[in-house]
Amino acid sequence: MAIALIVAFSLGIIAQRNGLIDSIGKYRGDIVFLTQQHIKLVAISGGLAIAVGVPLGLWLSRPGMRRAAETIMQALNLGSTIPTLAVLALAMTFLGIGVVPAIFGLWAASLLPIVRNTYAGMLGVPAHFIEAATGMGMRPLQILSGVELPNALFVMFAGIRTALAVNVGTAPLAFLIGGGGLGELIFTGIDLNEPSMMLAGAIPTALLAVLVDYAVGALAYWVVPRGVNPLR
Amino acid sequence: MIKLENLTKAFETPAGTVVAADRITMEVADGEICVLLGPSGCGKTTTLKMINRLIEPTSGKIFINGKDTDRYDPVELRRTIGYVIQQIGLFPNMTVEENICVVPKLLGWDLAKARTRASELLATINLDPALFLKRYPKELSGGQQQRVGVARALAADPPVLLMDEPFGAIDPINREVIQDEFLKMHHRLRKTVMFVSHDIDEAVKMADKVAIFRAGKLEQFDSPDNILAHPGNSFIADFVGSDRTLKRLRLVRVGDVLQASSLRVSGDEQVEQTVALMNEHGQEFMVIVDPEGRPRGYVDVDIVRDRSGAVGEHCAPLPATVRLDEDLRAAVSTMFMHDIRWLACVDRNGVFVGCVTQRGITRLLGETYRAPDAVPH
Ligand SMILES: Nc1ncnc2c1ncn2[C@@H]1O[C@H](COP(=O)(O)OP(=O)(O)OP(=O)(O)O)[C@@H](O)[C@H]1O
Ligand SMILES: [Mg+2]
Repeated sequence: MAIALIVAFSLGIIAQRNGLIDSIGKYRGDIVFLTQQHIKLVAISGGLAIAVGVPLGLWLSRPGMRRAAETIMQALNLGSTIPTLAVLALAMTFLGIGVVPAIFGLWAASLLPIVRNTYAGMLGVPAHFIEAATGMGMRPLQILSGVELPNALFVMFAGIRTALAVNVGTAPLAFLIGGGGLGELIFTGIDLNEPSMMLAGAIPTALLAVLVDYAVGALAYWVVPRGVNPLR
Repeated sequence: MIKLENLTKAFETPAGTVVAADRITMEVADGEICVLLGPSGCGKTTTLKMINRLIEPTSGKIFINGKDTDRYDPVELRRTIGYVIQQIGLFPNMTVEENICVVPKLLGWDLAKARTRASELLATINLDPALFLKRYPKELSGGQQQRVGVARALAADPPVLLMDEPFGAIDPINREVIQDEFLKMHHRLRKTVMFVSHDIDEAVKMADKVAIFRAGKLEQFDSPDNILAHPGNSFIADFVGSDRTLKRLRLVRVGDVLQASSLRVSGDEQVEQTVALMNEHGQEFMVIVDPEGRPRGYVDVDIVRDRSGAVGEHCAPLPATVRLDEDLRAAVSTMFMHDIRWLACVDRNGVFVGCVTQRGITRLLGETYRAPDAVPH
C-alpha cells in the first residue's frame, strides 16, 4: 500500500512537470459525465449478473439438479473461454448499437464466475453438515439459509469479486458498441494520439477497478461469518 | 423406550437390492444405553437413521415411548430426538452457543432461555461457558468439538438420543475420558440412548444392551456380560475376540467380588493370636490397619508362624491397593504387575474394607458356566 502511494506520488510529480495534470484537467467535464455513465454500466450489468447468477448457481446445486447441473456447468465453462470482446461483438450483432447490448455483453461476461462459484461453494458444503441439520429437525429452507449459504458465502464472494473485476476491466470496451463510458476518452485518445485524453479515461477506470475490488473485499470480510472466514 | 418391530430397509442399487436391515426386532428400555455393534457395512447406521427417519424404512415399525413414529411429521419427530453423528457436524458458521441453541430455537424457545440452557450444558461437559460460548468450532480441539456435539444433541432435553460412532474420531486416551464423562452424565440424565460403535471395548463399557449385527441381521441382543460369556454363534465369538473372558473383567467392580470376611488386625495385636485367627479362617495373610482403619501392611502366615511379639513388628508393606469402584481389569492388572495373588481394597476415604483374590475373580467369571440356568440361548 505504502509503495503504491509512493509510486503514485512520484508519477504525480512527473506528470505535474510535464503539464500533464493541467491538460487532463481540460477534460474535467467529460470525466465526470463519462464516469457516471461508466459506473451505471458496471452497476447495472454487475447487479443483474449477481441477481441472476446467485439464484442460478443455487438452483443448479439442488440435489434434484445434480445431473443436469454438470452438463450446464460444462457448457458455461466452455462459454467462459470466449473472449469478452467477442461477447460484446456478438451482443452488438444481435441487439444493435447502444447501452442495452453493452450492458448485456458485460452481464454475460461477468455472469459465469458468479454461477460457477455459487455452484462450487454450495457443493463444497460437506454432506454431514446437511445431514446433521436434517437430523436435528431443520427444514430445507432453514438448512439453506442457516447452514448451506453461510458456508458457501466465502467462495461465492470470490466469484463476485472476479466477476466485477472482469466487468470493470471490460467496461471501457462498451464504447466500441456505442455504450459510452470512460472508453470514449481512452479510445478517442488513442485514435488522436492524445496521451492526456487517454489518461483522462484510463486513470478513473483504474481507480474504479481498485475501488470496486476493495469494496467487495471489505463486504466479504464483514458479511461472511467469522467461523468460516479465512480472512478473520 | 424404543421398540423396533421387523424393521427392514432394502436399497435398490444398480448392482441389485441391498438389504441393509433385515427384520430387526428389539426393545430398549427407558434410560438404557443400547450399543449397535458389528463390522463395517452391517447396517448399524441404516438402522439408527430409520429411527429419526433420515432413512425411510421399507417395512416394519418403530415405536418411541409406545407411539408409532409414522404418526409424526418427520421434522417434528427429529426435534424430539437428539442426534450426534460421527463427523460431529458442528456448523462452522455458528458459535458454540448458536450451535447448541439450534433445536431450542426451532422449538420456539425464547432466546434468553435457550442461552441459559447452552451455558448450563457447557458447564456439564466441563467447558467453561465464559470461555467457550462465543468460540467457533474451528477454535476447539477435536475432543472439545465432540463434547459440544453431545451438548447440542441434549439441548432441548430430548428423551431419546441417537449417536453414530460419536467418539470415533478421537485419540484413544481422550476417548476414554469422554466416554467416562458421558456415562457420568447419562447416570444423571437417564436418556434412552442408541449408540453405534464398531469397537467391542466401547460397547462393553457403555452398554446396558448390545445388539450385534451381521449383514443386516440382528445376530444377538443381550447384556454385554451375556454377549461375552455366551456368544450366540461363532461369528459373534470371533467378533468379540478370543480374550472375551478378560473383557468381562471390565463389567465387574472390585466391590462385587470382595471376600465376605474382611479380617484385619491392628499393629499391636500379638502374633500368636493373629496366626490363630488366620488358621481359623484358612487365610494365608492378614492386613494390618492403623487406628483410622487404613491398611498399613500385612503379615504372611508362613513368615510369622514361629515369631512372637506384636504383628506390627513383622509388618510387610502392601505393594498396592485398589478402590472399591475400580473394575476388575484394573485390579487384575495391578496383581499381575506386582506378582501378587490378592489385593487390599479401600473405600473412597482410604479405609480398608476387604480383599480381592485371584481365586475369587476366576470363580466369579466361571460361575456363569456352572449355574444350571445360564444355558446359552
Ligand atoms: N443410500 C444407500 N444406497 C445404497 N446402499 C446403501 C445406502 N446406504 C447404505 N447402503 C448399504 O447398506 C449397507 C449397510 O450400510 P450402513 O451404512 O448401515 O453400514 P454400517 O453398519 O453403518 O457400516 P459402518 O460401520 O461402515 O458405518 C451397506 O452394504 C451399504 O453399502
Ligand atoms: Mg455407519
